[in-house]
Amino acid sequence: MTEIIWIGRGGQGAFTAAKLLGAAYAGEGRFSLAFPSFGPERRGAPVRSFTKLSDSPINDRSQTARARHIVLLDRTLYDRSLHALLTEGGTIIVNSPESIEDTVTFDGDSIARELRLPTVNTIMSGVLCGLYGTVSKEELFSAVEGVMPKKLHEKNKAAIERAFDEVGG
Amino acid sequence: MKKFLSGDEAFAEGVRLACPEVISAYPITPQTVVVEKLSEMVENGSLDAEFIHVESEHSALSCAIGASAAGVRTFTATSSQGLLYMAEGLVYASGGRFPIVMMNANRATALPWNIYGDQRDSLALLDTGWIQSYAENAQEALDLALMAYYIAEHRDVSTPYMANLDGFILTHTYENVDIPAPEQAKEYLPPYETNNRFDFEHPVNMGFSAGPETNIIFKYKEHRAFDRARGVIAEAEDRFAQVFGRRYTGLLDTYLTEDAEYVIITLGTIAGLCRNIADELREQGIKAGVIRIRYLRPFPNDEIAAAVRNAKAVGVLEKDISFGNAGTVYANVTSALQWGGITAPAYNFIGGLGGRDISADDIRDVFTKVQTGTDRLNWIGVSR
Repeated sequence: MTEIIWIGRGGQGAFTAAKLLGAAYAGEGRFSLAFPSFGPERRGAPVRSFTKLSDSPINDRSQTARARHIVLLDRTLYDRSLHALLTEGGTIIVNSPESIEDTVTFDGDSIARELRLPTVNTIMSGVLCGLYGTVSKEELFSAVEGVMPKKLHEKNKAAIERAFDEVGG
Repeated sequence: MKKFLSGDEAFAEGVRLACPEVISAYPITPQTVVVEKLSEMVENGSLDAEFIHVESEHSALSCAIGASAAGVRTFTATSSQGLLYMAEGLVYASGGRFPIVMMNANRATALPWNIYGDQRDSLALLDTGWIQSYAENAQEALDLALMAYYIAEHRDVSTPYMANLDGFILTHTYENVDIPAPEQAKEYLPPYETNNRFDFEHPVNMGFSAGPETNIIFKYKEHRAFDRARGVIAEAEDRFAQVFGRRYTGLLDTYLTEDAEYVIITLGTIAGLCRNIADELREQGIKAGVIRIRYLRPFPNDEIAAAVRNAKAVGVLEKDISFGNAGTVYANVTSALQWGGITAPAYNFIGGLGGRDISADDIRDVFTKVQTGTDRLNWIGVSR
């Protein structure tokens, strides 16, 4: 099973990112769960969400203890203690213009500004999948169509496209 | 058609397929999404129902009782304090034999105030005469919405049905769900027909009083309906498998219990993690097994006793405590064991209250304690 923890602030769409990846992965012989760290949403408060991916039905619905990837939509939420939540060889991906030791950084904000997107969630989904092949670009596209309202399809697909290009995915 | 849905959304899809004519509900976390989705469906015309916005849960259920008494299929949904606020109506619905279907998102009860999942709300109301089921995943939740009406409205049962979903862990977790075609649902679920309704042509007395001479007869008949519900649940699941190709397993779901020496009995979403740990222990040569109780009422007395016949010890894991005794599920299970002549010790494990995460290590610890022996009552994650 591959587990991903998404970390952001309320309003940044960390749960939408978790859901998008889960929906992109789910299919014949592929199983996924996506859930938020439970509780009332408050804009600006730190939130976590989780995606679990597996080729067999997922029985374990507990919160992820060890993740293959941790994706931070907001660099101010990065802390060294997060490394303890990684599996062996796992990675932390941070939306940040400056590099951070032992992490993969990507300046999602500048692309979001360029594409006039209010948040970086789909950009960072594209970064994750472009780098690690978690799901294909086309699978993310069809998840955008399945999960998001129609008026958001084009912008978010463009964001994913751009992220894949930037990381050479 | 497969869709990536939360438990709440899946249940709402199941309700849409069941085509209730009246829905009355009041929103409360973590049930809110069900009410939102159903009101959207009514608004966009994909569900032809009267959606009644009420001012409280007490009114929501009162409304559903009135609608059911008019002879139509009805739905309501609630959670936690909302369910407690409905308590008076619960016994009116069951005593009046109104086959209302309600979804309850299992959530902690006050105080301290807490919106997260545990099972103290529905278990506190186990004796109100409602059938109670507990789902494990979103697919089962959707499927139970359909089966709930089949069972509740069956003439041999005519009893309200409370479908419980673990708050957040099921209601707010997304997964792929197969949504049956409306024609299939129609084929499965017959229209609701009853004589237990207001009818000018055939007037009957409804909502009456019954004094000391006759009251017990009505209570006996309510109880008998639960006995008959056992057979109707089996029938509902057989028919379901024929129409939809998915097979359910009755009042409980057993995993590796055939030769199991150490069995955890639990309910709801945590059962999956228990099965994973049972697999792990089997690899180490320890004969572990798991029972997931799917129906708390009617209760699977004989089935539990049969499933643990080879057990050396049993653990009951639940997100509930009946203060001054033990967990309510434990009290029911030990009664089943005693009646079934099972003398293996049974230990109670209370965990997950107020939404506390139950981890794989917690379950490993529960299995270890069941093997070595422990106190009668054990609290997960509480150090004294």
